Amino acid sequence: MSEIELVIKTKVGLHARPAALFVQLAKQFQSEIQINNSGKMANAKSILSVLALGVYQGTKVVLSAEGEDENEALTALKELIESNFGEPE
Amino acid sequence: MNEILGIGASRGIGIGPVFQYKITKIEFESCKVEDPTAEINRIRKALPVAQSQLESVYEHAKNDPSTQAEAEIFQAQLMMLDDPEFWQQVDQKINDEYINAESAISEVAKHYAEMLRAMDNEYFAARAADVFDISNRVLKILLGISDSPTEGLHQPSVIIAQDLTPSDTILIDKSMVIGFCTADGSATSHTAILARGLGLPAVAGAGSAILKIHDGENVILDGNNGLVIVEPDDATIESYQTRLNAAQVIKEKALSNAKEPAVTTDGVEVEIVANIGNVEGAEKAINFGAEGVGLLRTEFLYLERNNLPSEEEQYQAYKKIFDLFGNHPVVLRTLDIGGDKELPYLDMPKEMNPFLGLRALRLCLVEPKIFKTQLRAALRAGKGRNIKIMFPMVATLSEIRAGKAVLEECKNELIQEGKPFADDFEVGIMVEIPAAAVSADRLAREVDFFSIGTNDLSQYTMAADRTNPTVAGLTNAFQPAVLRLINQVIKAAHQHGKWVGMCGELAGEPLAAPLLIGMGLDEFSMSSPMIPVIKQIIRGLNASEMKVLAEEALDLDSPEEIQMLVKQRVPQADITV
Repeated sequence: MSEIELVIKTKVGLHARPAALFVQLAKQFQSEIQINNSGKMANAKSILSVLALGVYQGTKVVLSAEGEDENEALTALKELIESNFGEPE
Repeated sequence: MNEILGIGASRGIGIGPVFQYKITKIEFESCKVEDPTAEINRIRKALPVAQSQLESVYEHAKNDPSTQAEAEIFQAQLMMLDDPEFWQQVDQKINDEYINAESAISEVAKHYAEMLRAMDNEYFAARAADVFDISNRVLKILLGISDSPTEGLHQPSVIIAQDLTPSDTILIDKSMVIGFCTADGSATSHTAILARGLGLPAVAGAGSAILKIHDGENVILDGNNGLVIVEPDDATIESYQTRLNAAQVIKEKALSNAKEPAVTTDGVEVEIVANIGNVEGAEKAINFGAEGVGLLRTEFLYLERNNLPSEEEQYQAYKKIFDLFGNHPVVLRTLDIGGDKELPYLDMPKEMNPFLGLRALRLCLVEPKIFKTQLRAALRAGKGRNIKIMFPMVATLSEIRAGKAVLEECKNELIQEGKPFADDFEVGIMVEIPAAAVSADRLAREVDFFSIGTNDLSQYTMAADRTNPTVAGLTNAFQPAVLRLINQVIKAAHQHGKWVGMCGELAGEPLAAPLLIGMGLDEFSMSSPMIPVIKQIIRGLNASEMKVLAEEALDLDSPEEIQMLVKQRVPQADITV
């Protein structure tokens, strides 16, 4: 299993468009991917669970993945978050 | 015969049968099942049907320019429909508790909706509604309930509903609509704006009594007076029908002359322009003879979505509209949000009195980033075009200066970035707050033009909520106090050599045209279907005579007296359209 820690910087947090992009990307991988917000876990492929996790701007989250493509999955999700979901700033 | 009073939300008269737009109740029994796998299989079969239904609604929304923004909502719902956790929980519930698919789905939906609602902001409340939307869609398929609330709408009818959302109106065949009547809603609600754009009558806020009218029963929908007449007697129908027929003749004649200018018999020419709120509206305005746009509402870019529109997105939308009008003027009103129009993704705090709160220019000045994104997009798109920038909700001189300072900043940035933009454009304000009207002589020095917003000016002057049917009489723009303010604003602007337009409902009111010509209004901006008729009326007026008439009217003490005076002196303005 691999794990990385990231900060969500978008104004709306991990909701709305960023959440949709995040889940869409997660779904492209075989691995099981979890997102952890201070102890609360959610399936990264479930839009409802991700929304309900309440990840606001500035929240630190831990992504973990388990499966054959776990490293690729985490790299791709990391890139998406670090590019600020393609939004300015 | 029985009269129900609501708010006149869109002018005109409709006579015809009622069609109740009903959301079919989803009813089912919760019960135990013996074979959980069979229940799960029922769901597996229903899901692709739900998906193709939603995809078709999404395509529909995406391809209709008036609903493109809403398409995003259906896209989000498609993602939820495909949520693995949701359906795993449903399966688990069926397997563990041996309950039927319907109960399992509705329980899991409730669980998620509650979780989202607990997060206590509008964005999550809207997502909770999405969860119910998708679970209801699947439930309907399982229960064999039709997806279409307009099934059975085969003759032109008066559509009655609790309230209509954009996603409802997308799917209504407009050729089957005589008019709209909603139990909730107001003159500014979605249905009202839609109806005005279509040139159909609408009454809003009529209360739950209208929901009890039977399908097929005849009603008269009087959008001018906010009235629904149930089971009208023959004499009433005849009197309305006569007015309707007369209006039809006038409308057709006016339409054939729509492209001709509005010049009075003594040679005074005024500008007749359109209120529009999207690209589709722009095309329509041109067909109705608009000489430009007096009010481009920009909210369409911001509403019914989950994030702010980017500069590029706005640039493309504005450019499309500006290009359609070529050298004709387009007055772009900067973001007018707040009040009854909220943007859930901005997370604005709840206000006790949103109409008196942080809205429109006030909001833009505390959120300069949002404001600048819009101004930059507008200036860039206005390159080589005849654009004018207008700030809404101005109360003080310092607000105008602050707004203009942000405009200057944007210009400087664009110069530095080497991006082309409209460098020569007028800047004006909406006069809709009494403070601005009273100080119009001062504010006129700071701007190039005024546009009087009569809807808000009436409600603020009369201290009467225009969304409240019980005080509708007070918000009437024919109230002497409102007309006096309008007159004062026009005079003050002219003393400083500035022009004055009007973009409130009063500008498209036939009976007001003689008075406004008499007061010297330079530009009339209205919903497109009214343009030909107002032009036609103005062509029959003598401006110097109207000046005398306006002076007499301003000396009267009630809206009724004023309207009576105009009807007597200018009978051709007394039409029902």
